[in-house]
Amino acid sequence: MTPPQRQRREPAPEPSKPKEGEGKVGNPERMYVVAGPDGERAELDLVTLIVARAVDPPPSATPEQAALLRLCAAPLSVAELSAYLGLPFSAMGVLLTDLLTAELVHARSPIVRQAVPDRSLLEAVMNGLQRL
Amino acid sequence: MDFKGSDTIPGPRAEDQLPHTAQAAAKIVIVGGFGVGKTTMVGSVSEIKPLTTEETMTQAGIGVDDNFGSATKTATTVAMDFGRISITDQLVLYLFGTPGQQRFWFLWNGLFEGALGAVVLVDTRRLEVSFDVMGRLEERGVPFVVAINSFPDAPRYPMDELRTALDLAPGIPIMECDARRRASSRDVLMTLMRFLHSLAMTGSRT
Ligand SMILES: Nc1nc2c(ncn2[C@@H]2O[C@H](COP(=O)(O)OP(=O)(O)OP(=O)(O)O)[C@@H](O)[C@H]2O)c(=O)[nH]1
Ligand SMILES: [Mg+2]
Repeated sequence: MTPPQRQRREPAPEPSKPKEGEGKVGNPERMYVVAGPDGERAELDLVTLIVARAVDPPPSATPEQAALLRLCAAPLSVAELSAYLGLPFSAMGVLLTDLLTAELVHARSPIVRQAVPDRSLLEAVMNGLQRL
Repeated sequence: MDFKGSDTIPGPRAEDQLPHTAQAAAKIVIVGGFGVGKTTMVGSVSEIKPLTTEETMTQAGIGVDDNFGSATKTATTVAMDFGRISITDQLVLYLFGTPGQQRFWFLWNGLFEGALGAVVLVDTRRLEVSFDVMGRLEERGVPFVVAINSFPDAPRYPMDELRTALDLAPGIPIMECDARRRASSRDVLMTLMRFLHSLAMTGSRT
């Protein structure tokens, strides 16, 4: 019996947009949040780590905000926050923009893939996996 | 997915909390067609009970009867399972099992842009269900390794026959695994890391 045959694909010249026929998507491909008082835009990632700056939510906090602040007393990824809060990832953008602007939380940027992989990072990960 | 209300939210258990020293996180994606064992692999290596994040997609109707030109809209929920491995006090690794339905894969593309690499899980009973996602990784330049999840009744092909069938570029590792076993899943992740490391040594990317 012969297995079905695949055809390798070439890297797309530039980040490909959803193709015709895949439909228009209501959500943006990337999500940005306002990080910092200077209105700087940062990309929000599933593994951006969020940490509350203060333990107690201010009285002005909405229930969602208060819940989020309590969850990230210790660092927690946006994915985990989304899972615990029961909110879709897209809803996290708005929630976090407000909290970042109000300086109630910190965001720690994720480590993202580089054109040439970072060897010391990979070695650290290998050492960590070895201990698993 | 509705907001659960602040009093009812079970947060991470005390032992599941990251230390304050956690500086940054990286992610790996585990992809493959429907039912190949993605969730199983995430669960077998994760230090936390796997969690689920969801996204609701609003898609303009396409390729369906359009009612005299009026656009139809469909909302679809795509769920992703994920787990976590603390590497050091500063560094955390997240593993995401991405949905198998090929027509939704692109919706998460922006989110997976920064992934260090991917594990493509394949089931030899349905090799073709993983073809589309492999092509998408190639298009995006996301390095990947292939893990054959060995189901008992699955046909067994020689590795070189599978390499040919999957049209793997030279150098891409392919191995057998049992996603239910932590040691086996860990070996797959280790193979991915060694592969990424070799790309760093040659200074190139596939
Ligand atoms: N024999 C065997 N069974 C496995 C293995 N890995 C997963 N399974 C079983 O296969 C079934 C599907 O596994 P899942 O982990 O749910 O697969 P999935 O890819 O997450 O599936 P979807 O999310 O529905 O696409 C489950 O019943 C698993 O227990 C394996 O290595 N060997
Ligand atoms: Mg699954």
